[in-house]
Amino acid sequence: MPLRIERQEHISGLRLTLVPLIAIAFTIIVGTVMFVALGHDPIRAFGIYFIEPLTDTWTLQELVVKACPLMLIGTGLAFCYRANRWNIGAEGQYVAGAVLGSWLALATHGTDAGPWVLPAMLALGVIGGALWGLIPAFLRVRFGASEILTSLMLVYVAQLGLDYLVRGPWRDPQGFNFPQSVTFDDVALMPLLLGEGRLHGGILIALVVIAAATFVLGRTLVGYSIELAGSAPRAAAFAGFDERRVTYGVFAVSGGLAGLAGMIEVTGTIGQMQPSISPGYGFTAIIAAMLGRLHPVLILVSSLVLALTYIGGEAAQITMRLPFDVTRVFQGTLLIAILAADVLVRYRVRRVEEVGHA
Amino acid sequence: MRKILSMAVAIAAGFTLAGAGTPASAAEKLKIGFVYIGPVGDFGWTYQHDQGRKAVEKEFGDKVETTYVENVPEGPDAERVIEQLVRAGNKLIFTTSFGYMEPTLKVAKRYPKVFFEHATGYKRAANVSTYNSKFHEGRYILGQIAAKTSKTGTVGYIASFPIPEVISGINALMLGAQSVNPDMKVKIVWVNSWFDPAKEADAAKALIDQGADVISQHTDSPAAMQAAEARGVKAFGQASDMINFGPKAQLTSIIDNWAPYYIERTKAVLDGTWKSTDTWSGMKDGEVVMAPYTNMPDDVKAMAEKTEAAIKDGSLHPFKGPITNQKGELVVKEGAALSDKDILSMNWYVKGIDDKIPGQ
Repeated sequence: MPLRIERQEHISGLRLTLVPLIAIAFTIIVGTVMFVALGHDPIRAFGIYFIEPLTDTWTLQELVVKACPLMLIGTGLAFCYRANRWNIGAEGQYVAGAVLGSWLALATHGTDAGPWVLPAMLALGVIGGALWGLIPAFLRVRFGASEILTSLMLVYVAQLGLDYLVRGPWRDPQGFNFPQSVTFDDVALMPLLLGEGRLHGGILIALVVIAAATFVLGRTLVGYSIELAGSAPRAAAFAGFDERRVTYGVFAVSGGLAGLAGMIEVTGTIGQMQPSISPGYGFTAIIAAMLGRLHPVLILVSSLVLALTYIGGEAAQITMRLPFDVTRVFQGTLLIAILAADVLVRYRVRRVEEVGHA
Repeated sequence: MRKILSMAVAIAAGFTLAGAGTPASAAEKLKIGFVYIGPVGDFGWTYQHDQGRKAVEKEFGDKVETTYVENVPEGPDAERVIEQLVRAGNKLIFTTSFGYMEPTLKVAKRYPKVFFEHATGYKRAANVSTYNSKFHEGRYILGQIAAKTSKTGTVGYIASFPIPEVISGINALMLGAQSVNPDMKVKIVWVNSWFDPAKEADAAKALIDQGADVISQHTDSPAAMQAAEARGVKAFGQASDMINFGPKAQLTSIIDNWAPYYIERTKAVLDGTWKSTDTWSGMKDGEVVMAPYTNMPDDVKAMAEKTEAAIKDGSLHPFKGPITNQKGELVVKEGAALSDKDILSMNWYVKGIDDKIPGQ
C-alpha cells in the first residue's frame, strides 16, 4: 500500500515552535549515545560544544565573523529560492566578487590611495558577484538551460580563474613564487570594531542588508512578485509580472550579496588574495538559507547556529581530542534533525489506496 | 626576495633575547598543539606529522601533553584554530601546511610568549620558526630507479600545485632519470590538490593509459599506489611507506620523518633555549628517509643505495652542474651546484621536460 506525503494547510503555532525543540532533543540523544560509545562524558562534550563558545568575548566574535559570509550569501539565496530559481553557484559568485574588488586593492597597492578604496572595492564586489550570477540567469531565460547546472559549473570557472590570477599576474613578486598576492594596504582592509579580536565592520553591512532584505521580501511589490513567481508562476504571469525580469533580478541580488560576502571576507579576515578564499561558504549558505526557511532574520540565526557547530567542533577536537569526523557527524546529525522535524511538522504521511489513472 | 630574508633575519636576531622563553616548570606540563591540513588517516603528509607528534609524546612522557586539529582549511579558519590552541594553553604550536603562514604570523604577533613552528613557509618572526625537508634529494634517487625500471621510457608524475617545492621535485627526478637514460620522458598531471584520493587515482590511470609504467606522486594519499598495483605497473610512495597499498607496485617511498625535529624543538622549549630558526634538513639528518627498495633487480637496488650514500655524505648534490633549462640556457655551470635559496624559489624546468608550468 503506497504512502504519500501531503502538505498540511493549517499548522498551529505550537507545532511550529516544537520543531527546533524536537530536533535538539533528537540531537542530544544521538550525541549522548555517540559520546558515551567513544568513552567521553556527554555533559562535558555538550558544554564544550554549545555553551563554552558563548561564554567568552573572543569566541563570540569568532562566531559572528564565521557567520557573516553565511548570512549575507544565505539572504541572497532566499531571493532566488523564494522565486523557485535554484542558484547553486553562490560560491562562484563569492569568488567573482572578491576577484573584481581585489583587483582595485592590487592596482592601488603602494600608491597612497585615499580611504575611498575600501568602499569602491565593496561596490566592485557586488558588481562582480552580480555579473557572475547573471550568466546562469541569461542562459535560463535565453536558452532554457537549467540554472542548477550552469550556476554550479560557473563555480569551478571562477575558482580556476582565481587560481590562475594568484599563480600568474597577481603573484607577489617577493613571495618566492608561492601562489599569493601581496598583502593589502590598510586603506583596502575592513576596520576592526573592537581592540581585541577579529570582529570587523562587515558585520554591520550584513545587518543592514538583512534589514533591507526583510523589508523588500515582506513588504513590497517586488517581494510579492518574487513570492508569486515561485509559488504560482501562471498566476504571476496573469498578474502581469515579467518572469524574465524576476529571474534576472533574483540572480543579480543573490550574486551581488555573495560577491559582497567574498569581498568582506577578503578585506576583513584574509587581507590578500590566495588560491582558496572560502572553505565552501557558498554551499554551506544553502543550508543556512534552508534552515532559516528563506527568511532573512531566521537566516541570521541559522548562520550563527552553523558557525557555532564549527567552532564547537574545533573546541571539542582541541580539548577532548575528539576526531574531526566525529565532530562532523555530530554537526550533520543536528542539521538532519532540524530539517526532518521541519518536514514532519509541515507534512503528514498518509496511506493512499491504489487507483488507476483517471 | 632578499629583502624579506634579511628583514626576517634582522627581526629574528633583534628579538632573540625576547624570544628565548622561560623554561616550563616541572609541575606544569608543556602543552603542544598541531594544526593539520588533512585527516590524520591520510597515510601521507598529515599522517607523518602525527607520527612525529606521537614520537614527542613517547620521548617526553608526562612532561608534555599534545593535541591536534585536523582538516583545517588554509585561511581565516586556520587563524581561529591556532588562536584557539593558544587559548587552550598550548605553548608550542606546529602549523603544518604552507597556507598557514600568514595566520601563524598574525596569531604569533598577539602572543609573543608562545612559540610557533611553521612547516614549509619562508616568513619568520621572533617567536615563529620555519622548517622543511629536502625531499628533492629522495626524488633524485626515484628518477634513477625509474629510468632503470621503465620499459616505455616514460615516468608519470602526479603533481599538486606548481610551487617551488613541487617544481624542484620534478626537476630532481628528471635529473636523476637523465643520469641513467638521457632520453627519459616525464608526463605530468596537475591535480591542484594535496589530498584528493579520487582525483589522484584518476590521474594515475590517465598516466598509465598514456604509456607511463612508473608512477611518481607529490600528493598525499595512497590512491595512486593502489591504482598502479591494480594495473600492474610500478610506483613510488609519498610521505609515508605505502608498501601495504602496493605490495607488488612500490619500488620505494620517500618517508617524511619529522620526529627528530619535533623532539629537538620540544626539548628546546623545555630547556628554555628555543630560538627562532630556519631549518631545512635532508637525508643526512634522517629527516628524509627512503623506504626499503623493493620489487626491483639487485643491480638497481645497489645503484639506489650507492646514490643514497653519496647524497648523505655530501659527495652528490642533486642540483649539481651542468644543468640546462627548457630553453637550452645553461643555468648551473659545471662544478657548481644550485644554492638552497635558488632551489627554494625554483620556477623553471630542466631540459627534457615536455610540459609548461601552469600559470607561466
